[in-house]
Amino acid sequence: MKFKVAILGTGNIGTDLLIKIFRSEHLQCTLFSGRNLNSKGMLKAMSLGVPLSEKGIDAIVANPECCDLVFDATSAASHTLHASILKKLGKIVIDLTPAKIGLLTIPSVNLSEALQYDNLNMITCGGQASIPIAHAISQVEKNIEYIELVSTIASKSAGPGTRANIDEYIETTEKALSHFTGCQNVKVILNLNPAQPSIDMNTTIYLKIKSPNMDLIRSEVTKMVSTIKSYVPGYMLALEPVYDNGLVILSIKVQGLGDYLPKYAGNLDIINSAAIAIAEEFAKNKKDSEILS
Amino acid sequence: MTNKINLYDVTLRDGSHAISHQLDEMQIDEYTKGIEKTGIYAIEVGHGNGLGASSVLVGQSKISDELLIKTAKNNLHSTKLGIHVIPGFATINKDIKNALYWGVDIVRVASHCTEADTTERHLGYVREKGKEAYGLLMMSHMTTPEILLDEAIKMQTYGAEAIVILDSAGSYLPDDVKERISLLSQNLNIPIGFHAHNNLGLAISNSLVAIESGAQIIDGAVKGFGAGAGNAQLEVLVALLEKMDYQTNIDLYKMLDVADMVESRLLKEPISISSLSIVSAIAGVFSGFSKHVKRVSKEFGVDPRDIFMELGRQKIVAGQEDTIIDIAIKLQKRI
Repeated sequence: MKFKVAILGTGNIGTDLLIKIFRSEHLQCTLFSGRNLNSKGMLKAMSLGVPLSEKGIDAIVANPECCDLVFDATSAASHTLHASILKKLGKIVIDLTPAKIGLLTIPSVNLSEALQYDNLNMITCGGQASIPIAHAISQVEKNIEYIELVSTIASKSAGPGTRANIDEYIETTEKALSHFTGCQNVKVILNLNPAQPSIDMNTTIYLKIKSPNMDLIRSEVTKMVSTIKSYVPGYMLALEPVYDNGLVILSIKVQGLGDYLPKYAGNLDIINSAAIAIAEEFAKNKKDSEILS
Repeated sequence: MTNKINLYDVTLRDGSHAISHQLDEMQIDEYTKGIEKTGIYAIEVGHGNGLGASSVLVGQSKISDELLIKTAKNNLHSTKLGIHVIPGFATINKDIKNALYWGVDIVRVASHCTEADTTERHLGYVREKGKEAYGLLMMSHMTTPEILLDEAIKMQTYGAEAIVILDSAGSYLPDDVKERISLLSQNLNIPIGFHAHNNLGLAISNSLVAIESGAQIIDGAVKGFGAGAGNAQLEVLVALLEKMDYQTNIDLYKMLDVADMVESRLLKEPISISSLSIVSAIAGVFSGFSKHVKRVSKEFGVDPRDIFMELGRQKIVAGQEDTIIDIAIKLQKRI
């Protein structure tokens, strides 16, 4: 039997998650809950025959047995309210908002640790794209003085929730960047670009390092890129690490699978694919423990 | 139409671009002492990209935002102190909260011309704290007048008390300005402002066209000290508006004293329309890219003009300076 999951929030992120869950061998979406039954996301879910609700989290409170795990794709402010309710109900929560309440989680870095927690924060799309790379470099370069991340996403891929949470995006990504690299001096910048046709998600990483070992950095980066590619197929290195003006610079491009929004929306794919990789791990673990008992 | 024009001085903010954000305490101190005497309504201080923008992407400031703001505030009594804020660079908690505490009077919250909804919370916060909040639409040539109006209406709804349209690439012809400013001033019930760049030598005349079309706020910089080819030269605006019988409440002689001081103390080189600034306007690329393009093109041995044209082709917006190196490497490989 598949692991039962619910999705809160029916915007771009929630709807893209739903389509990805549909493909999963391990997960089944048993509730898609938001505020408006006529939203684009709801109509999509209806066409897929998924149980719907317009009561948000109250739909889970009314019927707690409906799911084992909840994806929260609402907003940072809403998740702050949802977290304690879901904890009381004993649900595993994967939080896709930048509320930073749960464990900061990046599947390619701390997947096994994540399985010990019941609230996992997926940081941000820019964080999922760049922090694992910065982390990999921090494992071989101990004296990183400063790290800066600059992400640009297509305007069309940023829904109202993302736009209202632009401050939380920055603060959560900065906190996670420091957490996973040990570097306290960090800065995060986000741009929205409305160009048509829409641009692919792009993230540039700047690391201030004195006399870096570029060969070692290149090989660590290449390894991490292929690990991430295993759960985000459209993830690629757009600018190989170069050393310029005292900075190691590299760029990542993320193309999406084109599930809900077209391929340019790599920002949806990177955070959602990471969230699903974790949910599937919980599902496999549960299956294993059932077999053992 | 009113004949009173509020001139808004961006010298110590847009000018930061011209000197790679290396303004120091002494320069700010001297400038603000002089400008206070002119009677100008407001001046702005900061990193070229505004509060919280010091970064390797767009350049690191010589001194902190705190020191920039406090030094300026210390000398300003009747003249108000403004700052530029771009959501995506600065946040309410990290930056705006402190800036208000340090005595900022006006917060100009800016977004790319089509992304006004990123400014909602920041504008709301500033209003809630009882300070003046303006909405700024940057790179306004990159969209249609109708969409610009929609975005300006959003900012008005969020609580903006004025809307300023920025010709960030200095690429507008007078008719472009006329069309946009007329449309906005006819359809909004708050003052409209215009911020010119001089890439095509039209900063002053475009500012006059904006006034004739209903603008009540005009941005300018002393000696034109601003990004790329610079802004509308403030002391020229003061003289012209006086000649045309507009009220600015500015003492022309005192303003000219400030201009002479800026010439000797702030400018490393006179602000002029360089060849690269002309290309940047034609390509429709943000004037602030100019120093970065110059440095990177030299380092990778490629023609800076080719970089600008490619940036324009890719419709790169302000804040995407990281693309410059990527384009330079690709151009270099092609050679």
